[in-house]
Amino acid sequence: MSTAEAAAGRPLPGPGAAEDTGANAAACAHCGLAAPLASIEAGAPRQFCCEGCRAVWAILHEHGLERYYALRAGGAPAPAPVADRLYAELDDAGFQGRSCRPAPGGLLATDLYLEGVHCGACVWLVEKLPGLLPGVAEARLDLPRSQAHVVWDPRVLSLSAVARRLASLGYTPHPCRGQAAQAARRREDRAMLGRIGVAGAVAANVMAIAFALYGGMLDGMEPEFATFFRWLSLVLTAPSLVWSGGVFFRSAWVALRAGTLGMDLPISIGLLVGFVHGVVNTVRGSGEVYFETVSTLIFLLLFGRYLQRRQQRAAGDAAELAASLYPTSARLVEGDGVREVALDALIPGARVEVRAGDLVPADGVIVAGRSTLDLSLLTGESAPRGVRPGDRVHAGTLNLASRLEVEVERTGEETRVGRLMMLMEEHARRRAPIAQLADRISGRFVATVLTLAAITVAIWWRVDPARAFDHAAALLIVTCPCALGLATPLAVSAAIGRAARAGFLIKGGDVLEALTRPGRMWLDKTGTLTAGRAELARWHGDPAVRSLVAAAEAHSAHPLARAFGRALGVPSPGVRLEIAETHGGGIEASVDGRRLVVGSPAFVRGRAGESPAAIASAVDALIADGLTPVLVAVDGEVRAAAGFGDALRPDAGAALDHVRALGWRPGILSGDDPRIARAAGARLGLEEEACRGGVTPEDKLQAVLAARAEGPVVMVGDGVNDAAALAAATVGVAVAGGAEAALTAADVFVVRSGVGRLAELLDGARHTMRVVRRNLVFSLGYNVIGVTLAMTGVLNPLLAAILMPLSSLTVILSSYRARTFTAPAPAGSVAAAPIPAEGAR
Amino acid sequence: MSVMFVLLPVALIFAGCALAVFLWAVRAGQFDDLETPSVRILHDDD
Repeated sequence: MSTAEAAAGRPLPGPGAAEDTGANAAACAHCGLAAPLASIEAGAPRQFCCEGCRAVWAILHEHGLERYYALRAGGAPAPAPVADRLYAELDDAGFQGRSCRPAPGGLLATDLYLEGVHCGACVWLVEKLPGLLPGVAEARLDLPRSQAHVVWDPRVLSLSAVARRLASLGYTPHPCRGQAAQAARRREDRAMLGRIGVAGAVAANVMAIAFALYGGMLDGMEPEFATFFRWLSLVLTAPSLVWSGGVFFRSAWVALRAGTLGMDLPISIGLLVGFVHGVVNTVRGSGEVYFETVSTLIFLLLFGRYLQRRQQRAAGDAAELAASLYPTSARLVEGDGVREVALDALIPGARVEVRAGDLVPADGVIVAGRSTLDLSLLTGESAPRGVRPGDRVHAGTLNLASRLEVEVERTGEETRVGRLMMLMEEHARRRAPIAQLADRISGRFVATVLTLAAITVAIWWRVDPARAFDHAAALLIVTCPCALGLATPLAVSAAIGRAARAGFLIKGGDVLEALTRPGRMWLDKTGTLTAGRAELARWHGDPAVRSLVAAAEAHSAHPLARAFGRALGVPSPGVRLEIAETHGGGIEASVDGRRLVVGSPAFVRGRAGESPAAIASAVDALIADGLTPVLVAVDGEVRAAAGFGDALRPDAGAALDHVRALGWRPGILSGDDPRIARAAGARLGLEEEACRGGVTPEDKLQAVLAARAEGPVVMVGDGVNDAAALAAATVGVAVAGGAEAALTAADVFVVRSGVGRLAELLDGARHTMRVVRRNLVFSLGYNVIGVTLAMTGVLNPLLAAILMPLSSLTVILSSYRARTFTAPAPAGSVAAAPIPAEGAR
Repeated sequence: MSVMFVLLPVALIFAGCALAVFLWAVRAGQFDDLETPSVRILHDDD
């Protein structure tokens, strides 16, 4: 317990958090990040970086749960958000009817998606909920899905109380989306495991019996034993073939009726011929039986398929659950009060409150308040837009600065974002699946094998008609593409598993294959190639006034003011400051007795007169480069011009060079101003016609569809405005930090933001396909040996039983020994790390 | 050697029992989440 106490009293700082902040910096007692100077209390035994962390620490301390800090040693959480929501929508009868199930004893059960769970300590803490909150009977956390299963007594407390308590622990709960689909997939998974269990048990026992028969083959065996063993093998193999192997027959039949030849067809032929041949010879009492090979085949093939599905499912579940993060409630203004209501319950004409940091819940018109909105997820525009009463706002945009009141005009599917989502779903449905390499081979494989079997019969008919069919059957069984059927699933599931650990969630093997065929690659700009926020890009004029600007801007929440703060650092303390901020144009302040005006050219001109010629030409140059100009005047004289832009990520250039080297043709599709798109493209070395600016989400979709007519298209994006294009592309790649809608639309989700790791993804895909091809060569090699043995009449059940597992083993080793997706990240990609707490520098 | 005719079915009955237990575990959802139990087992305080 000593380590636990030490860690609880003096929490370990997060990795690299506190080292570089100097001796007087304090680590937050909850999350371990450096506490900003402003929130440090002199003399207090513990420091916190924010109110959220303080609240969580207090709750844990009050209930004697400090052990959490010992358990989580190593991985520090993000700062806890302040829990101030009521979660009233969870008590809504409609919601409970859809999402809650009754549990024994009059209890109710539901699943909640939790933000911020990341390690074993979170499992421990969440599962302590019944002790923290009387009325909760059980809480189980599914860590990989971030999903908590909660059972509670509705007579004692409401679900919203459970949600509030979870939020107060720092895990913001959300109702789960797509639960029906998830439950269906879970049932399918269980049925598959059951089939594998039966096939495995049968294979092991039939193999044991077969060993006795092999012994008899060498030393002789009394006929009554041989007959008994054969009948026993037959009886055991039958359920495995019918129930477990039924999967292959059904899918082969479906493929045949659709006019295609999948991998399941040769598998089905091999299994059926092997079994029927064995039944005939068992009844006749002479000739070979291959029951052990048939049952082992079924087991191995099912197992390979299960592994592949499990990996793909994990990626699919993660993306679907991330959609739960989309807000489900709105703050309805009624009279003087504000009430939380479910998003579904909003009707046109209602008045909602949108606080700073919240997403706008519906399309509507501002009736009160002024603020700045981040439109980048919806339209791709990088510059934040100032809004005032009378302006129209759209659902899905982010309120950056201050509280707004909005009169709702359209809700749900009728909003702009709702229509975009429907467009996305339509294209996701319409997309034709990509035929995988193994499936394309299988047609030729079937034809070759059947021809060879016919030749075998024809040749042996002249030599010994009685054995002609035996040899042909042996050929069909030994070529039953066990290794061929495993080659792709195993290589792909191994690669997808390693990719997930490297931060790529990949929803299917066909995606990896498609990524190896270069074509057009469209990239979103805002948030994907760039950081998606304004940064100070250029400074013309007197550097001495920078410290004055830093002091004045440190007190504003405007996005440009924050960009000043990031670029210029924290002002020296002890500055005398008086602020008179004017919204929308700029800031007017008195700093140490000097009158400072910072703002748009029009705002500054109105207060400090015309700029000198040097500054005026600098402003023209900034505008020409697509930057937003800001002027600085001190004591009535314009002294400097600053240019703001959404800067390219430092690793974007290297990533695109690599992409081009692999044969792709990258281009930009941006909702931003065409000049800005072209400027970004020029710095990345893209041709001008491949950089389109001012495109709407519908234009993006059209661009992708047009490019699809010419070949494969990869779309890389992060926003709602990219979602339809992501769904329509051959492969859609969503990068982190954007809208959850983009995740559901995409085939690949990159856990880190930015395009820096695109090259790694493409390399990994190429490597995976190399492993797949190597596996296919191995298995075809084994098949050549098997066919030769069968056609020459040398093959017997013992040889078949050795050859089959050996070929599968080769493929398994080849797949799991491959080092796909384990390459170290390129050096430049560390630069796009999340926003550090710069306040303490 | 004719003891085989008895012993083999007995062995198969054992195998059938093991299979039944596995199928029960699958139906009970014990294979739904293979990751969380590996961290849950480290919490030994209660």
